[in-house]
Amino acid sequence: MIELRRIGFSYSDGATPVLRDVDLSVEDGELMLLAGPTGVGKSTLLGVIAGLVPTFTGGTLTGDVLLDGSSIIDLPARERAQSIGFVGQNPGAWFVTDTVEEELAFGMEQLGVAPATMRRRVEETLDLLGIADLRDRDLRTLSGGQQQRVGIGAVLTTHPRLLVLDEPTSALDPTAAEDVLATLTRLVHDLGVAVVLAEHRLERVVPFADRMCVLGADPAAPGGVRVGEPADLLLTSPVAPPLVELGRAAGWNPLPLTVRDARRRARPLLDTLGPPPPREAPEQVNRVPAVVAERVGVVRDSAAVLTGVDLTLSPGTVTALMGRNGAGKSTLMWAIQGRLGASSGRLRVDGGDPHQARPDERRTRVGLVPQNPADLLYLESVREECAAADADAAHARGVPVEGECAALLERLVPDIDPSTHPRDLSEGQRLALAVAIVLTARPGILLLDEPTRGLDYTAKHALARMLRDLAAGADRPDAPARAVLVATHDVEFVAGVADAMLVLADGEIVSSGPVDQVIAESPAFAPQVSKVLGTGWLHVDEVTARLRDRLGGEGGTQ
Amino acid sequence: MRVPRELHPVAWWVWAIGLAVVASITTNPILLGLLLGVATLVVLTCRGDQPWSRSFRLYVWIGVLTIVIRIVFRVLLGGDVPGHLLFDLPSIPLPAWAAGISLFGPFTREELVAAFYEGLRLATVLICIGAANALANPKRLMKSLPPALYEIGTTMVVAITIVPQLVDSARRVRAAQQLRGAERGRLGRLRGLRRILVPVLEDAFERALALAAGMDARGYGRAGPATRNQRRLTGALMLGGLCGICTGVYAVLDQTAPRLLAGPMLAAGCAAAVLGFVSAGRRVGRTRYRAARWAWPEYAVAASGLVAAVTCWIALADQPAMAHPGVIGLPSVTLAAVVGVLVGVLPVWVAPPPLTTANRRGAGPRADARLDPKPTERPTVRQKARTP
Repeated sequence: MIELRRIGFSYSDGATPVLRDVDLSVEDGELMLLAGPTGVGKSTLLGVIAGLVPTFTGGTLTGDVLLDGSSIIDLPARERAQSIGFVGQNPGAWFVTDTVEEELAFGMEQLGVAPATMRRRVEETLDLLGIADLRDRDLRTLSGGQQQRVGIGAVLTTHPRLLVLDEPTSALDPTAAEDVLATLTRLVHDLGVAVVLAEHRLERVVPFADRMCVLGADPAAPGGVRVGEPADLLLTSPVAPPLVELGRAAGWNPLPLTVRDARRRARPLLDTLGPPPPREAPEQVNRVPAVVAERVGVVRDSAAVLTGVDLTLSPGTVTALMGRNGAGKSTLMWAIQGRLGASSGRLRVDGGDPHQARPDERRTRVGLVPQNPADLLYLESVREECAAADADAAHARGVPVEGECAALLERLVPDIDPSTHPRDLSEGQRLALAVAIVLTARPGILLLDEPTRGLDYTAKHALARMLRDLAAGADRPDAPARAVLVATHDVEFVAGVADAMLVLADGEIVSSGPVDQVIAESPAFAPQVSKVLGTGWLHVDEVTARLRDRLGGEGGTQ
Repeated sequence: MRVPRELHPVAWWVWAIGLAVVASITTNPILLGLLLGVATLVVLTCRGDQPWSRSFRLYVWIGVLTIVIRIVFRVLLGGDVPGHLLFDLPSIPLPAWAAGISLFGPFTREELVAAFYEGLRLATVLICIGAANALANPKRLMKSLPPALYEIGTTMVVAITIVPQLVDSARRVRAAQQLRGAERGRLGRLRGLRRILVPVLEDAFERALALAAGMDARGYGRAGPATRNQRRLTGALMLGGLCGICTGVYAVLDQTAPRLLAGPMLAAGCAAAVLGFVSAGRRVGRTRYRAARWAWPEYAVAASGLVAAVTCWIALADQPAMAHPGVIGLPSVTLAAVVGVLVGVLPVWVAPPPLTTANRRGAGPRADARLDPKPTERPTVRQKARTP
C-alpha cells in the first residue's frame, strides 16, 4: 500500500545522512515496528511517511514515497491526512480543541465530512477505543494513556488506511500501555488498518508486530535499514528486549518473541541454571534511614493526593517507585524534597521536617531531578550550567568550589563537549547534566522522577550503572552512600537497578519490599525474565553470569 | 423542564449590543441604573462556571473606574456650570497655546452630577459588553464565524488555549528552579526572571511547533477545490467591498461629500463584501461538527435585546429632556422607556440553565493545575493486569 523507495535524508548538505537508501513497503492490515537506538532516525522516517519531514524539520529529502503506486512525496501532510493518520510522541501537545468529542471531530471537519457522518463516526470511535465515558472531558485532565487513545481516535475518525505512531507507549504505565497496544491490534485485526510504529520499549510491542524494520543495525551502512521477520532481525539487532537477550544467551533459535513461547522452552535452561541467585539485602549496619515517612498525607488543590504513605529510604539502596499515571509519585517526591508540606502524618528527612527547611538547606539534603530535566536548564552551554552549579555549591558551603559539577558529569557521561547547548544534548546526556547539577550541592538523598523516558536500552543500562554508583557513593573518593528513589514505569529497568520497590496506588503504598518479593506479589510489574524463569530471576545479566559459571564460559545450552 | 445547555454565543452578543445601544443614547441615570440592574441580573442567573464567566466582576470594576476618572477630569479641567459650590480650587490658567484652558477652579454640585451622568453612560456600555463576555463561550463564538474566516477562528481558539498552558508550564519551571541555587548579586533578580523565562519560552516554542505539525498532519489548511477564476472573483469582491465600505463611511461622516457616495456606496460595499464571504465560504471544503443551532430561546434572547434598543430609541427620540436630563432637577422617565429597558430581562426566564460541572454529562474533574505535565486520572477500577 505505502512504499518508500531509496529514501535519503540529511539535515544539511555534506552532513552525515540520517537516512540513506531506505526501501520499505507496508501492506494493508500489517503492523510494522520500527526499532533502533536513540537518534537513529526513527521519528524522521515516520515524519517522511506522514509528510512532516522536511516541512517541519528542514533538511533535504531524496527518493520517493508511493501510496497505491502513485507518488505522494510532493503532497504536504495536510493533503495526506485522509489516508495517513499520524500520532506524535506526545499527543497532549497536539490537541487543538479542548474536549474529547471536539478533538475527535477536528480532522473530519478539515476534510469536509458531512455532519451526520461525523456524528456517527465520533460515536463509533468512542466505542472502538473504549473512551465513551470521556467524551465531555477537558483534554488537559486526561491521563497519559487516555491522551494516547484520544490521539489515536482523533486520527482514526478520518478513516485513514495507515496509522503512523511515534512511541505510543513510552510514557505509559504497564497497564495503560497494554490498553493502547490492545487497541492497536484490534484496529489491525478488525479494520485492516496498516500500522507503522516506532518504539523503544520493544518488550511491549514485539509480540504484536508482523514485521520489523531495524534502523542503525549495520554500522558499516549508517542510515540504512533492515526489514524482515522480528525473530530473524532480533538475532543481530543492536536493540533487543530482555526476552530476546535471554534467548540469545540461551542459544535458542528461532528466538522466542512472546513470554509464552519462551516459557515452553525454558525447562532445560532452568535445569542448567539451578536455583535462582540468593539476594542479600544491602548492608544496613549502622545506617540510619535517610527518609522516614509515617502515614504521610499530602493535599494539593484541595484534593488529597497522598493519604497515609509509610516508607523508609536508607543510604546505599536504590528504591523504585511505581504506580499508574497520576497515582501520586511526583507528589511524593516533591513532599520528600520539601516543597510540598505534609498535611497529616510525619515526614522526616535526615531527622528534620523538609517543609520547614529553607530552600538552600533542602538542596543540600535532597536532590530532585524533575520529570522534565530541561526545566532546570537555562544557560547557553554545558560549561555555564556547570559553573552556575559550582558557584551555588560554593555559596552554600562557604568554600570555593571549582569543576565539581563538570567532574561529576564526566564521571556520569564521559566526553560531552562543554560548549554544547543543553538543548542539543541527547535525552540521556541532558538527564546526566541535570543529575550532575543537582548532585553538586552534595545531597545525601537523590530522587529521580521518570528518568527513563525516551532512553534506549544502552542509555538505560548506563543510567542503571550510574544510579548504582551514586547509591554506593562510588562516584567520588569521599562520597557518602546515598539513598536513591527513582519513579519509573519501566519494569525491566527496575529489575536491573533497584534493591527495593514501592507500588503507589490511590495515594497509598500498596506494596513494598525487596524487588523480587514485590514482583512475586504483583505479576503486572514482573520483568520478562521473571515471567519466563520464575520470580527468583530478575535480569538477563544474572542468567548469563550463572551460565558462564556452569558452562565454563562456553555459553549457550541445548 | 429546561435542559441545561449553552446558548448560542451570537444570541448573547445581540442581546448585549441591544442593551449597549440603549445605554449609549441616554444619560438618564434612572434608565442607566435599570439597565445595569437588568444586565447584572441576567449575568448572575445565566452564566456558567467556565473561566470566562468570572470576567463580569472585572468589567464592573472597569465601569466604576470610568466614572471616577470622568469626575477627576472634570475637577482637573474645571468647568463653568454655575450652581451650588462644593469646593473652590485656585484656578491655574494655561498659556495661550493651550487654547486658554484653565486647570481647577470652582467645582459645583451640578458639575459633579453632570460628570457622573456621562461616566455612568460609558460605564453601562462597558458593563453590557462585559455581560456578553461573561455569558457567551468565546470558543463557540469563534466557531460561529462564517466559513471564510474559519482559519482565523481556529487560530484564535488555539491562542486562547495557550494561556493556561503557559501558566502550567511557568509553575512547573518555577518549582524545578528551586532545585538549584538562586541567583545572587545585584542582577540576581533579573537573572532569576530569565531562568524562568528561558525554559518556559522554549517549552512554548516546542509546543507551538508540535501543534503546527499536528494540525497540519490532520488536514488543517487544506486547499479547497476552487479554480483560479473562482479565487480571483472572491478576491475582487472582497477588495471591492472593502473600498466601498471605506468610501461610504467617509462620505457618511463628511457632510460635504456627494450624498451618492454615502448611503448607496456603503450599502454596495457591504453587499460586495457579503458576496465575497459567501463565495470564499463556498470553496472551503470544511464542515462543522455539531454546529450550534438557533432554537427559540436564542431567538427570544436576541429579540429581547433588539426590542429594548428599538423601543428606547423610539421613546427617547422626541424626548430630549428624558434622554439627557438636566442637572438641576430630578430626572424623569416615561413608562415606554422603562418597559423598553425591562424587556432586556427576558433571558432570565427563556435562556436554558447554564452548563456547570455538576450538570455536565459524565464530566470529570476540572483541570487542576498540577506540577507534572501529566494530569490526574481519577482512580478507576482497573481490570486485573493482563500479561502478554
